[in-house]
Amino acid sequence: MQFGIFTVGDVTRDPTTGSVPSEAERIKAMVAIADRAEEVGLDVFATGEHHNPPFVPSSPTTMLGYIAARTERLILSTATTLITTNDPVKIAEDFAMLQHLAGGRVDLMMGRGNTAPVYPWFGKDIRDGIDLAIENYHLLHRLWREDVVDWEGRFRTPLQSFTSTPRPLDDVPPFVWHGSIRSPEIAEQAAYYGDGFFANHIFWPKEHFQRLIGLYRRRYEHYGHGSADQAIVGLGGQVFMRKNSQDAVGEFRPYFDNAPVYGHGPSLEEFTAETPLTVGSPQQVIDKTLTFRDSFGDYQRQLFLMDHAGLPLKTVLEQIDMLGEEVVPVLRKEFEALRPAHVPATAPTHASRITEEVR
Amino acid sequence: MSTLAVVSAGLGQPSATRLLADRLAAATSAALGGDAAVEKIELRDHAHAMVDATLTGFPSGTFRAAVETVANADGLIAVTPIYSASYSGLFKSFFDVLERDVLDGKPVLLGATGGTERHSLAIDFAMRPLFAYLRAAVVPTAVYAASEDWGGGAGRLADRVTRAAGELAALMDARPAPAKADPYDDPVPFEDLLAGG
Repeated sequence: MQFGIFTVGDVTRDPTTGSVPSEAERIKAMVAIADRAEEVGLDVFATGEHHNPPFVPSSPTTMLGYIAARTERLILSTATTLITTNDPVKIAEDFAMLQHLAGGRVDLMMGRGNTAPVYPWFGKDIRDGIDLAIENYHLLHRLWREDVVDWEGRFRTPLQSFTSTPRPLDDVPPFVWHGSIRSPEIAEQAAYYGDGFFANHIFWPKEHFQRLIGLYRRRYEHYGHGSADQAIVGLGGQVFMRKNSQDAVGEFRPYFDNAPVYGHGPSLEEFTAETPLTVGSPQQVIDKTLTFRDSFGDYQRQLFLMDHAGLPLKTVLEQIDMLGEEVVPVLRKEFEALRPAHVPATAPTHASRITEEVR
Repeated sequence: MSTLAVVSAGLGQPSATRLLADRLAAATSAALGGDAAVEKIELRDHAHAMVDATLTGFPSGTFRAAVETVANADGLIAVTPIYSASYSGLFKSFFDVLERDVLDGKPVLLGATGGTERHSLAIDFAMRPLFAYLRAAVVPTAVYAASEDWGGGAGRLADRVTRAAGELAALMDARPAPAKADPYDDPVPFEDLLAGG
């Protein structure tokens, strides 16, 4: 199992102090979080991509390239890369370049983006969201696998004799995840290519995601990539920990109550009962995270959201320390003990994909 | 046995909206030969949960059960008090958080209550467009009950209730719930998606 952090990169007022970080502070905080993730032994850092305030990460490969230079083991990823409004040619180029600079420590997650105005800002129509995701990714997939591409589609100017440079490192394209919270078409797409499927299930009850992941697993097998339980699944998680669970609840409550996504709605207690959110002791986080396997089967990547809702950097870094020191070592052992031998332990890495190519 | 869901957005205890909903339900049940399971949903009981669902995107707890009751019902009676010349906000909130397509083709009887009969057309200019958008099959007769309908005019409210209930029962009998394709059980094959299908 791979464990990591995913960040939205929101600039949010701290409801307990009223302070709002500058964009510069927030960007540096994201880098500090990635640094710390590597220090405490986590495997993955993934950044979101946004093109509107209050979010800062509009240029993921710039940030990930900088982090690549500061780290040695961390896999650099996205959550998500907008496959709808970005030019697939530019995605192919940017991430191949990142792959070379990072020595292959790169994968990425495709997402459609649900901020309506971003589509027209980039000359697209949100009603074409699924069609864009399908056509653009199909082109991206070819650009990384064929040296010279002739191509014509609905959404982009045609290409004749185009070569995307640099070619993928060792001729092995980055591993791709497809993220979706409600589209069976995207689960079908991930299954078709034998790519990973990431369900960021942190804001909704599990029943919905069981259907989505069930579909992906079934169709992964249908398309001949392996058995359903060998499909590559990633899940989100959202936690706030203190040694004593009452301290965690007390400290996190003002952030929960004012959080941009669910604030001023259900109580912390109701939301933790209905969704994967865990606010409590490290042991409670361990117990809750282990239930994800009961709900969705053995899976390969677990990403935690830790730095949102205005939490100060100091607190976030303490959270990452607890995650790396107290939670993840136990989860690694427990998940590994439960995993059948024929199920992949982790998502494919650059090294494992080279081996596969040779074989 | 068919299932009849009854959604009432009345607030008072007792509420005229509840009274009207009960009469419509009883009359429809009788018109169906007494052979219907009547499931009553009082929106006031779910007021906080509906706001939460608006914010979080999912219905929780007992409110989820109420949503599922409506989704699975063979027919629906929907009754609201008229506030400020339209349905109440509580009533609209319920239909806002339903999944899309839940009311497709579902037989629906509309009812409304108000202080005076001057607002009776709110059913036609506010409620009917809402249910047209939701693609429900709304019966021709809708029932508006003003305060004075509960006293005078013996028989007139009862007549409208009976006629409306008869229409709903006939539509429910005639129209078995359409089977819906499930996109999770039966996905569009990727080759079709890639071909723009």
